[in-house]
Amino acid sequence: MKANDIVELLDEPACVHNKKSKSGCARPTPGATAGGCAFDGAQIALLPIADVAHIVHGSIACAGSSWDNRGTRSSGPTLYRLGMTTDLTEQDIIMGRGEKRLFHSIKQAIDDYRPAAVFVYNTCVPALIGDDIEAVCKAAGERWGVPVVPVDAAGFYGTKNLGNRIAGETMVKYVVGRREPDPLPPEAQRPGIKVHDINLIAEYNIAGEFWHVLPLLDELGLRVLCTLSGDARFREVQTMHRAEANMMVCSKAMINVARKLQEQYGTPWFEGSFYGVADTSRALRNFARVIGDPDLIERTDTLILREEALIQARLEPWCKRLQGKRALLYTGGVKSWSVISALQDLGMEVVATGTRKSTEEDKARIRELMGEHVRMIEDGNPRALLDAVKEYRADILIAGGRNMYTALKARLPFLDINQEREFGYAGYQGMLELARQLTLTLESPIWDAVRRPAPWFVPHGPGRRPVAGGG
Amino acid sequence: MARVIKRSKALSVSPLKSGQPVGASLAFMGIHRAMPMLHGAQGCSAFGKIFLVRHFREPIPLQTTAMDYQSSIMGADDNIIEGLKVICEKHKPDLIGLPVTGLPETQGADVKEAIKRFRERYPEYNGVKVVPVSTPDFKGCMETGFAAAVEAMVTQLVPECAARDSRSGRRPQQINVLAASFLTPGDVAWLKETLALFDLYPVVIPDLADSLDGHLVDEDFSPLPVGGTPVSGFTRLGDAAASLVIGPSLFRAADMLKERTGVPDYRFDHLMGLEAVDELLVTLAAISGNPVPECLQRRRAQLQDAMLDTHFMLGQARFAIAADPDLLNALGQFLIGMGAELVAAVAPDHTPVLEHVPAKEVKIGDLEDLEHIARDRSANILMGNSHVAASAARLGLPLMRAGFPQYDRVGGYQRNWIGYRGARQTLFDLANILLKSNRHEIKPYRSIYAQKSREASGNEFAAVFESG
Repeated sequence: MKANDIVELLDEPACVHNKKSKSGCARPTPGATAGGCAFDGAQIALLPIADVAHIVHGSIACAGSSWDNRGTRSSGPTLYRLGMTTDLTEQDIIMGRGEKRLFHSIKQAIDDYRPAAVFVYNTCVPALIGDDIEAVCKAAGERWGVPVVPVDAAGFYGTKNLGNRIAGETMVKYVVGRREPDPLPPEAQRPGIKVHDINLIAEYNIAGEFWHVLPLLDELGLRVLCTLSGDARFREVQTMHRAEANMMVCSKAMINVARKLQEQYGTPWFEGSFYGVADTSRALRNFARVIGDPDLIERTDTLILREEALIQARLEPWCKRLQGKRALLYTGGVKSWSVISALQDLGMEVVATGTRKSTEEDKARIRELMGEHVRMIEDGNPRALLDAVKEYRADILIAGGRNMYTALKARLPFLDINQEREFGYAGYQGMLELARQLTLTLESPIWDAVRRPAPWFVPHGPGRRPVAGGG
Repeated sequence: MARVIKRSKALSVSPLKSGQPVGASLAFMGIHRAMPMLHGAQGCSAFGKIFLVRHFREPIPLQTTAMDYQSSIMGADDNIIEGLKVICEKHKPDLIGLPVTGLPETQGADVKEAIKRFRERYPEYNGVKVVPVSTPDFKGCMETGFAAAVEAMVTQLVPECAARDSRSGRRPQQINVLAASFLTPGDVAWLKETLALFDLYPVVIPDLADSLDGHLVDEDFSPLPVGGTPVSGFTRLGDAAASLVIGPSLFRAADMLKERTGVPDYRFDHLMGLEAVDELLVTLAAISGNPVPECLQRRRAQLQDAMLDTHFMLGQARFAIAADPDLLNALGQFLIGMGAELVAAVAPDHTPVLEHVPAKEVKIGDLEDLEHIARDRSANILMGNSHVAASAARLGLPLMRAGFPQYDRVGGYQRNWIGYRGARQTLFDLANILLKSNRHEIKPYRSIYAQKSREASGNEFAAVFESG
């Protein structure tokens, strides 16, 4: 990928960060950088496409420590869970044999695993020595009659966020629009219900949580042509251009996909979240509103009334237990406000929230939910987080997996909210799991025990002598 | 003596290999107040960090020089200088380990020159040791990366005996221990306790038992590893009575240490099973002049008893193992000593020890290879990292987890494999797995003349439990 292509991708007109001088895509500081690279971002964004052979073209570090480590679930094929890499050797690099190895690798993957398509991820070393993966993919695709898609997202191109965008761009450029949707299965048609086609962008079906939401969409007559990319299939991605509405689930990650689908195919889109009762209802209403079918609007309202009543009743005992508990939330982008809403639905108080990766728009939503005087934490280094927990007297830290041990080592209750987690919180049903996980850690009897000093421990206070050593 | 079969496929499927930078980072984590910073793009560190966090369930400090488009093309020396400065400023570590990844190695970075410029520009940080080590991930594997970092520390932190006033045996109770990557923190802890029983004082390089053993400290947070070998410990290695070297991957580091210090060393391929542990204890008794303590003799007798109990299950059991070379060899030797067979042996990279692995062949390959060979040769049981669980499920075989990473179990990092007690527990666990898999059960035969027709088979109580 050329430098000016990257600059173009970074200039995302639909991204609110774009207008500020301090963009979310600023150069990382050596020695003080957390988070993944562009390859990481591209792989996260596309790996959940379950029937594709995902080949990482590069030396072992890229695939070797990252394969099969995501919580995303498939309802069918498991091909995406196999790590595949050209595992380049020193000889390959010195002798320039990388492209040849890649070509044979694609054939091997097709012969052995019969994938619906092959995605080839470029990485640092082959990008530096100039392997032309686009040409190799084109030649291989023509030779063996299977779509082979180059995902040119070498780590040094930039951050994880850039990688998400490259992934989205690649889908729009090489995959979307290549197939018409299947005719509706006759047995799925119901009299009086007109079926509308939709897409979800940047929903990853972590721990299978989208399966809490999908039955509701079915009931409403909303056919999900494709979820990019949770539990997706290659042939679904090909039909994304035919949707009547797109929902952008994780605010910024693949915003370029929503924008491009609107530009090229006129599909309207909106941002939303499935975390929390209020937000789930809002997302469903937005689909009905954007599609503009009065009958759908009415049925959606009815469904929401029913589901909200049901879940409120089931959540009530949990809410009593969680009432007034103080949470400190540290997570990125859309979750900085969407999870607030979910926690408030449970009767909890969010005392502060992290906004490092949030847009101005995200922040406006936070103020809407929490009032003008909300504490926003910009710097999420572990020390600052722990100090904030103390200052705001939080009962629990809710953050991504990377902060789990920050909390645990400080003997603090913790809930993992990011994508490595093993529990699904989306939709109305997900709220029950969220409540269960919150009480599980908050009410655990261990906290007193792990904070208690040994009985023979005497603090070195004034007027007291340290305990004499016993040899 | 095994024949080593080279990699023959273009594509690696379900990789067994983890890169050298992860191994090097791990080695630096056994040094007190050390911070590894990978020289490369930021993903190398992010992936490595998650890999180690999930294995150890501990916070892992791991930084990056965050090479971007410009520095990848124009040179990234400034990234090194800035990264070193930022870490010194923010965390004041005692040591910064600098594993150099594939990207800058391909680029041809002059890391030594960059460090020299860092020293010139920021003399105020002269107290912080900086240890660069070449660990491109297009060569070697996690084990060799770990070994490379140990070699770098030995050559860069241990003064040559001529250069300072040190002499082997000046501290007659001090024993240097070079501990390879196949030793868990639990193993290293056992080694230290055992040496103490002989009144010997170990200095372990690197001491993961002190840093990554999973313990709570009083402070709520530390940006650097808590525990591990102090950097000052390296200057005293020359005074030791002897060095113990555990793991063939560290034999080259041992040569370097011996050359610099003149301290005699004792080398062990592994410490699994009766024979290997006997040899260690004989060595310790000789070095210390103390007899083997009673309690160890009792443990030895217990292991012998366990060998009797478990040889029925382990005898002729067909093992398929995928692991880095040192661990593969250790497990193989241990199991062969119990009468088991190693029918499939896969390693991610070729090192000399593989020729000693007690199998007909060792395949350099991935977990797809393991799966194929295990199926072809009718293995009964698999050993390997957590990724092998998927292979085990497809093969319908039981798995005992060993090696890196172990992310689907708690406490794998702490398992004690070595010593009499560790071996005994491993035998029990393996025997239990094999007992459960019930491979000798005879399939029932029903006579064509039988009067038992129309009865359910073994499941007649299902309805009772379902209705209850």
